[in-house]
Amino acid sequence: MPGRARIVFMDRFGRIGLIVFLSALAALALAPYWASRQDLRLLAEIYAYVALASAWNLLAGYAGLVSVGQHAYVGLGGYLLFALTMFAGVSPLWAVPLVGILAAAVSIPVAALVFRLRGHYFAIGTWVVAEVFRLIAAQVSALGGGSGTSLPAGIVIAIATTRETREFLIYWTALALTVLVLGLIVGLLRSRYGLALTAIRDNEIAALSNGVGVRWVKFVVYVTTAFCTAMVGAVIFLQKLRVSPDAAFSINDWTAFVIFIAVIGGIGRIEGPIVGTAIFFLLRQSFADLGSLYLLMLGAVAILIMLKAPRGVWGLAADRFGLQIFPLQRRVAPKTGQDIKQDIRQEPSERTS
Amino acid sequence: MTEWINVILQGVLIGGLYAMFAAGLSLIFGVMRLVNIAHGDFIVLAAYMALVTAAALGLNPIAAVVIVAPAMAALGYVLQRLLLNRTLGDDLLPPLLVTFGLSVIIQNGLLELFTADSRRLQAGAIEVASIPVVPGISIGVLPLLQFAVAVAVIGGMQFVFYRTALGRAFRATSDDQAVAQLMGLDNRHVFALGMALSLAVVGVAGVLIAVRTNFDPAIGPARLIFGFEAVIIGGLGSLWGTLFGGILLGVAQGIGAHVDPGWQMLAGHLAFLIVLAGRPEGLFPKIH
Repeated sequence: MPGRARIVFMDRFGRIGLIVFLSALAALALAPYWASRQDLRLLAEIYAYVALASAWNLLAGYAGLVSVGQHAYVGLGGYLLFALTMFAGVSPLWAVPLVGILAAAVSIPVAALVFRLRGHYFAIGTWVVAEVFRLIAAQVSALGGGSGTSLPAGIVIAIATTRETREFLIYWTALALTVLVLGLIVGLLRSRYGLALTAIRDNEIAALSNGVGVRWVKFVVYVTTAFCTAMVGAVIFLQKLRVSPDAAFSINDWTAFVIFIAVIGGIGRIEGPIVGTAIFFLLRQSFADLGSLYLLMLGAVAILIMLKAPRGVWGLAADRFGLQIFPLQRRVAPKTGQDIKQDIRQEPSERTS
Repeated sequence: MTEWINVILQGVLIGGLYAMFAAGLSLIFGVMRLVNIAHGDFIVLAAYMALVTAAALGLNPIAAVVIVAPAMAALGYVLQRLLLNRTLGDDLLPPLLVTFGLSVIIQNGLLELFTADSRRLQAGAIEVASIPVVPGISIGVLPLLQFAVAVAVIGGMQFVFYRTALGRAFRATSDDQAVAQLMGLDNRHVFALGMALSLAVVGVAGVLIAVRTNFDPAIGPARLIFGFEAVIIGGLGSLWGTLFGGILLGVAQGIGAHVDPGWQMLAGHLAFLIVLAGRPEGLFPKIH
């Protein structure tokens, strides 16, 4: 017999949060009409970090796969984009999803290797993979070897003939990609995998003993993350129009910052990386002139948060007020008349099965 | 032929250094299941410490080790007591992220103090001295000394681990922390001693790389990776295996560099990946 309760994802705050989020999104989609060139570039960079940190959060915060080598896939994405457009004649914007698929394919054998390393050693293993990718990229002389290469003018023009349209198109691609990555993660977390992942996040052994296929779930997450991260990498270097091994596989830019963003915002919650990115860019706009001191400070802040508030800024707020913007958490709510009618209709089929 | 023998010999000798990077890493993983992501940066920190002490006291850089190693050990003890002990637990994230944060702090702190310029310590005549073995093959005194130090350090750690009361405490906490505590061990203190020993070894390794190669604040992560690869190749928990892992890595890099200078690092990583694919438990796993 169906009970008297039903499972809901949304509460009132969630509905308001989602409306605010969607209106903000609409405003951002119209940014080319109200923002300056510089602002557009900054916004695209912010989107890239939201997407990278969200992907890392899925990997480390939910699946417990703490990688310090995600710059492997950012760089791979950048290089694949240049290779596809320069050697295979793919149009730059269409190359982005193709890059994702290719990177996901590459990540399968990589996962088979690094999954042999347990826990902490997995982290350093991912770093070795990133090093190997960087060294291989530096050996590809057709892409400029160690000094890198610029996207040829012919291909740049193929995006759009005027610089303005080109920049708008890249901006929209960056925004669309981040929405896609967030959507993919929300979708994954709301699916059966999401329940399995939350179970793994909370207690891996208990999840295993309840029949969660921990290894398979982790594998799916690793490949999904590679898919997302590489596409973000492709768009980052499409915007820069230049790729080099040191820039593409920079551990500071694509792993250290990303981890700090997730830690500061809140690991294991989808809103964390968004809040973290906002804080990160506010800090950067005010303190970036300090150079290495700024990084030093960021490292110290991350350590402090890890020790004092391991759930991050969003985690603190959400725990206190029970907030969530994305409809993820399953809540039990009393059934409505509509539900009961549905239950009655479904009942006969349940009996026969 | 003699060319290849030289290449392999050089590889073996540098492998000792890699094994020393690895030994400290392996020790703390064994004792408290912690992987110190800042391990390589501590090696670089020790190299800069050697630079400063040698310059301030007018010491031979190699002699600076008598100051650097104890100073690093003290730093390790304090760091473990004040910071790292708080991160230990069932969750993997805090220790990894805190040591990752430390790595960024050390790198950028060194960058701020010493700039990105490449440094090197001058150790005097010993740097170029060499012993001819047969015509065409000679062994540099400094690399040989470094290899001998590495073997001695690993032998010493093996002795501490299996023959002393401290080693017994390490092994006990490694096997079961709760029971070790019931037997009257203070885990916090044991862990701190483990980190102190690990960083003392790092101190020795740091002085050795300071006189052997150019160093700058950014080279730490690569040292961490070499040490880590040596640990995995050799097999977790086996110190002599780690020495062998370091040697294999050094030889692979030497051969790679000889074929094409761009292949030096790649060859080392490939050796590691091949071992990981074929024998993920390492070549000399500890038998339980």
